Amino acid sequence: MSTLSAITAATLQKDLRLEWRSKDAVNSMLFFSLLVVVIFSFSFNPTAEESRQIAGGLIWVAFLFAAVVALNQTWARELRNQVLDAYRVSPAPAVALFLAKVIGNFIFVSVLEALMTPLFIVFYSLRALGPGWQLIPVAALGTWALVVNGTFFAAMSIRTRSREIMLPLLLFPISIPALLAMVEATSSILTGENSAKFWIVLLAVYDVVFTTVCLLLFETVLNAE
Amino acid sequence: MKRAFPIFAIVTAGLLTFALYEALVVAPTEQTMGDVQRIFYYHVPSAWTAFLLFFINFGASLVYLIKRNTKADILALVSAEVGVVFCTVVLVTGPIWARPVWGIWWTWDMRLTLTLVLWLIYVSYLVLRRFSSGSQTPLIAAVLAIFGALDVPLVYFSIWYFRTQHPSPVIGRGGELDPRMAHVLLINWLAFSCFAFLVCWSRYRLEQVKRDVDETQALEALLETRSVR
Amino acid sequence: MKYLYAAYAATWLIHVGYLGNLYLRYKRLQQEITDLRKK
Repeated sequence: MSTLSAITAATLQKDLRLEWRSKDAVNSMLFFSLLVVVIFSFSFNPTAEESRQIAGGLIWVAFLFAAVVALNQTWARELRNQVLDAYRVSPAPAVALFLAKVIGNFIFVSVLEALMTPLFIVFYSLRALGPGWQLIPVAALGTWALVVNGTFFAAMSIRTRSREIMLPLLLFPISIPALLAMVEATSSILTGENSAKFWIVLLAVYDVVFTTVCLLLFETVLNAE
Repeated sequence: MKRAFPIFAIVTAGLLTFALYEALVVAPTEQTMGDVQRIFYYHVPSAWTAFLLFFINFGASLVYLIKRNTKADILALVSAEVGVVFCTVVLVTGPIWARPVWGIWWTWDMRLTLTLVLWLIYVSYLVLRRFSSGSQTPLIAAVLAIFGALDVPLVYFSIWYFRTQHPSPVIGRGGELDPRMAHVLLINWLAFSCFAFLVCWSRYRLEQVKRDVDETQALEALLETRSVR
Repeated sequence: MKYLYAAYAATWLIHVGYLGNLYLRYKRLQQEITDLRKK
């Protein structure tokens, strides 16, 4: 068990260090996220009252786009350097590699979200009428839901034609219950009209179910490529 | 075996015609909606058939994951494809029904929304199968099928709660079902199930032939390169 | 009601369309088989 966490930690550290050094991918994604927020703000220009109703949906769609851009390059480095073959023959558990990738993506997408959120608040003059602190678990659980399945489907898409479009194509339908939960929870918290509790529980269940399935099946997918 | 197919086809055609007659003539006219309600006899059995086919896909994919049995893989592909066809029927007849009754084309009704999400999931499954190259397509597809199947209860609950928060018109019977209507419904369901079975059978045989041809072509190409040397 | 007939017609159109697609694929396969046989 300790080898698992050790390898996961090591792989994660390596990824973070590489990202930090290269920075080009990070910067372009940050700018992309900013663009998304601005374009959405141009397109949907509601009053402060209305904005609370729709902001939930807008924010999560924007996060979703940003996440897809980040997810698409998850395995790019590994593919370029034929690392996956090395992983297949090494005794290291494939699950460690997967966890490292997921956590790395989670950190990265969370950073993107943290940068996009203030912009949304500014452009839409947002103020939560409900319990604002609940937005943290919603964001965390929701991001995890997107990232865990996204990383897995990115691995599945490796051997397909049109790899970049295959990832969202596979991810979006499966993520619908999670997306619905994220949007509805955020709207409930912003408008203060309903309780977001059910949605948070649903997100938690979604995360548990799909994290388990991903962990169980990743080795199969890795060896299949 | 060869003769069973045409016999079954004729029986099914007969059943379908009989079911259509029942739906159009025998079934009583609904009080509030009128004759349009008869779409129900096509809409609901198609939905049930589609769900059944997707369940078969789940089972076949599981079998493939565990045993790597080619027959299971073909069954998974066939049930997904035919399931999507029936799903499309549900998604087309639903709005056609909703329009005269409610004046709107779409509503986030439980069955319709669930069908839409299932349609999306299984179309993505079919796209994966089409776009994936390499010998491991069946395995990857089976994995995706598992994901899809596990998603279904979550989809159901999320839509259910969404509808309690945002109520909207319900497509379909609001309350009690007249036993005569239930009778016609079941006849249509039986007829469509037989039809679905026939279509799956045909598709299955087609897939078997296709794989044989592909294999032969691959061997041919291999032999050609060998003989050139 | 024309909506009723539209729904029924649409249903069968979809089914016939799919069966037709299967038939076309079958024809194409038959063609490939004869090509292989010629070799």
